[in-house]
Amino acid sequence: MATSTTAIEVAAPTGPDDVGTGVARPGRRPRLLFLRNSKALVGIAILVLFGILAVVGPWIAPYDPNQVSTALLQPPSGAHWLGTDHTGRDILSQIIVGTRGVLVVGLVAGLGATVLGVIVGVTAGFVGGLGDEGLSALSNVFLVIPQLPLIIIIAAQLPSAGGITVALVIGVTGWAWGARVLRAQTLSLRKRDFVEAARATGERTWRIVLAEVLPNLTAIIAAGFVGTVTFAVLSQVTLAFIGITPVSEWNWGTILFWAQNNLALQRGAWWWFVPAGLCIALLGMALTLVNFGIDELVNPRLRSTGMHARTLRRRGIRPRVGFTPVVRDQWRASRPGEEER
Amino acid sequence: MRFVLRRALFYLFTAWAAITINFLVPRLLPGDPVTALMGRMQGRIDSNAEQSLRVLFGLDQDMSLWDQYVHYWQMLLHGDLGLSFTHFPTPVADIVTQALPWTVGLVGIATVIAFLLGTAVGTGIGWRRGTWADSLLPITTFFSAVPYFWLGLIAIAVFAVNLGWFPSNGSYDRGMVPSLSWEFVGSVIYYGTLPALTIVVSSVSGWILGMRNMMVTVSSEDYVTVAHAKGLPARAVVVGYAARNAILPQVSSFALALGFVVGGTLVMEMVFSYQGIGYTLYQAVSTHDYPLMQGCFLVITLSVLVANLVADLAYAALDPRTRQEG
Amino acid sequence: MSLHTTTPGAPAGAPGSTPRTDPGPPVLEAVGLTKHYPVKGGGRGSGRGAVVHAVDGVDLALHAGRVVALVGESGSGKSTVARLLAQLQPATAGRLLLGGADARARGRRAFRRYVNRVQMIFQDPFASLNPVHPVRYTLTRALRIHRGRLRGDELERALAELLERVHLTPAERYVDKYPHELSGGQRQRIAIARALAADPEVLLADEPISMLDVSIRLGILNLLADLRDRLHLAILYITHDIASARYFADTTLVMYAGRVVESGDSESVTQDPKHPYTRLLLASAPDPESLAERPEGAPRGEPPSLVRPPSGCRFHPRCPFATDLCAAEAPPLLDVGRGPGGEPRLAACWGYSDRADAPAVPRTATPTGGDA
Repeated sequence: MATSTTAIEVAAPTGPDDVGTGVARPGRRPRLLFLRNSKALVGIAILVLFGILAVVGPWIAPYDPNQVSTALLQPPSGAHWLGTDHTGRDILSQIIVGTRGVLVVGLVAGLGATVLGVIVGVTAGFVGGLGDEGLSALSNVFLVIPQLPLIIIIAAQLPSAGGITVALVIGVTGWAWGARVLRAQTLSLRKRDFVEAARATGERTWRIVLAEVLPNLTAIIAAGFVGTVTFAVLSQVTLAFIGITPVSEWNWGTILFWAQNNLALQRGAWWWFVPAGLCIALLGMALTLVNFGIDELVNPRLRSTGMHARTLRRRGIRPRVGFTPVVRDQWRASRPGEEER
Repeated sequence: MRFVLRRALFYLFTAWAAITINFLVPRLLPGDPVTALMGRMQGRIDSNAEQSLRVLFGLDQDMSLWDQYVHYWQMLLHGDLGLSFTHFPTPVADIVTQALPWTVGLVGIATVIAFLLGTAVGTGIGWRRGTWADSLLPITTFFSAVPYFWLGLIAIAVFAVNLGWFPSNGSYDRGMVPSLSWEFVGSVIYYGTLPALTIVVSSVSGWILGMRNMMVTVSSEDYVTVAHAKGLPARAVVVGYAARNAILPQVSSFALALGFVVGGTLVMEMVFSYQGIGYTLYQAVSTHDYPLMQGCFLVITLSVLVANLVADLAYAALDPRTRQEG
Repeated sequence: MSLHTTTPGAPAGAPGSTPRTDPGPPVLEAVGLTKHYPVKGGGRGSGRGAVVHAVDGVDLALHAGRVVALVGESGSGKSTVARLLAQLQPATAGRLLLGGADARARGRRAFRRYVNRVQMIFQDPFASLNPVHPVRYTLTRALRIHRGRLRGDELERALAELLERVHLTPAERYVDKYPHELSGGQRQRIAIARALAADPEVLLADEPISMLDVSIRLGILNLLADLRDRLHLAILYITHDIASARYFADTTLVMYAGRVVESGDSESVTQDPKHPYTRLLLASAPDPESLAERPEGAPRGEPPSLVRPPSGCRFHPRCPFATDLCAAEAPPLLDVGRGPGGEPRLAACWGYSDRADAPAVPRTATPTGGDA
């Protein structure tokens, strides 16, 4: 297998034939390796920041978000860092207080959808036969039916669609993707020898599922969770923007709802709708970065991409796909390396 | 052939499930918004409309659930989706059929452009790893994390309000009458550019990322090495071998992404007041026009199913392995 | 492990093999073992109800302190036999006798009892250990299942003892390692240790060394031989390498297309093969002393389809001696002589029968076939 990295990368023993050492290798636990990924670190840092805001928000906000004042539609100033809206309410406070609403809904929905997805997906993959067919059909149905319209009509016909209700609705409609991925993974894991070996040792089925199969799925479950949280946040903001969720609960979408309904665009009141969207984008980006980190953890080929390409370029070799660098000896390392196409 | 049949059967089943969900949702949820509305409109609805409303929302207490279900299906099969509250007495079916082509046009074109563009860029990035192209990723990730509608708002603010290059809402010049003239088509394109552009910018990063990841994985496969070794020029290898295989998961995820795309487009129409089915749904929600809401949901879902079926057929045409498995 | 040198008196099952005493009753016996897999969906040309004839009517007996080798190419059904014997899959037909009694496990508890006495080692040492669990967890689970709740010091001692049995000492060095931190040979030893935690009477080794480096293989084989002698285990050794069978096993069975075609003591089977397929197998091993000569009956044909196997003797499309009889009827295992210790030798070939239409199979292989 010719890759552009095998000759030069610092070999991390991963093949079955290397000699084991007596020293515990740093970063062998997936957790530590994960933290060494810079993208994931940035993402986690942003998430922690938002988390803190969610917890302490109402206490540190300069004003009560509902408090009207006479400073109508003011651009950012010393008194109001992000300006005010059409009734004089401070926008910065709205954003800070709204963080909690967004994060709570995101987490609850993400948790609900992930749990459902794990139960359905792993069961379908492990049980096989009719149970598998039934559960797969169920998850395919939920997968194909467009989620946002479904959420909209459910939430719109509810008497009151507060934060937690919306979270539950999103959770109940958004589990299918994770279930499908987990089912595929479970199917392939089930055929692996260590599952057979566990059976041959006499392990019970439920123990095999929980202790042998599930630990191998943690990375995928985590990625699915993060993805679902992203989707939940976006859905909730969209619902608030449309006006389905009650405007008494503050979240970033509500801010945009007010902005849209009061023609913020036409009035040029950019401070009204830009910060909220930026926050949403920042949160979404943080979650996506975390997911990148998980992706690269699971697929080692992606991990080394940028890093090794840089190493190669430093030695004057242009990394292209599918070529094998041949480095003759160290004395010639400063010259452009050989390229075989 | 069997593959096609199986997929078609699956989509029929899903369509049935969607319709049943549509039927069950108002009946299962607490509260009864429709009765309240009916009370308010007492005397202004004729018996036909009232009957169809009862069938749609299960207001008939003396009919069993099963009977209601059968009646519902009968209504649907006659193409009757009830009568809209707000545009009374226009049938929902009429409103929906008028709005649908706009959405299909906007979604279709924008998505296809985003898919093609994203796949091409992703191929390029995946091929030339470690170059400046890699830094495109965080930028496009940022754009994909932005909710569609916010991007739309920004686009309107910048291009429509400040720069005045494009109109800020509507789907065509209100002064014109819809016809098949060049003028009208030009106007449609003019009004549709900004929404389409926003959709493309917002969704392209997903395609880029997916394609790049697949290219990275595929390029280390042996058959690419063989192609190189045979002496094929780089472009032939990229297009004929690597991209051809890397694109397969893209196509299947294209099908799945349609659901999300539709969702995003809905909101986009709300922002731009583009008279597609999303905007219609938005209006229905704002005015609590339940028959219209249900009708919109049904039509949206059925369109997505059809699109999925088409994508599956495309996938079967591209990947010979699917044609073999039963 | 060369096939082509006959060291006179080289005992099969060296080193330190038990003398040729009467083996006693079989610990684990399989009679008429059959496994047919249903073919899903049907490919081209196969109708509903088509089955893959993976294993057909296999008899085998394992005795304490003895090694039986099961040799065959890929697709011959040997791994399936192992899984049937381990009861990881239900047999389509046939009987399993453990200690003389019917051992078909129908419930979880019966399976547990069976597994307490019959354990299996898998081919791929990396895949048979769960990558997220350290050695300690894997072995502790095996101990807990078969020896009850062990804790603290008792557990540590049991772990150390298991690791010592497979020559992985000092135990502290290995007990907290993850599979990817161990070499292939070490992993296979852990797999063996896991099997030994049950204190079994029978060990089913499915190609235990084929995925290991050549330099490590001997070590594992010696370990297995050591266990056989010290613990009087009955070992089924499955391999595609007939040379290692000669080195390690007392008895050798040769399988082709789901059936046993020859059986006997390892020395005789490898030095004086009777069945044309066994001769083909041995002749295809390159002989440094006679590279230029081609074995008689140059090999032709491909491995058979197991969905629609050839009629009669399944080897007849590739056999240089086949006649119409071979295509018409499947030969039973016929007596073809005795081994040096008096063990029966069997071969499923019409050439060793008395029938008039039998093919003319030479009774011994010609010198180019493999004898020095």
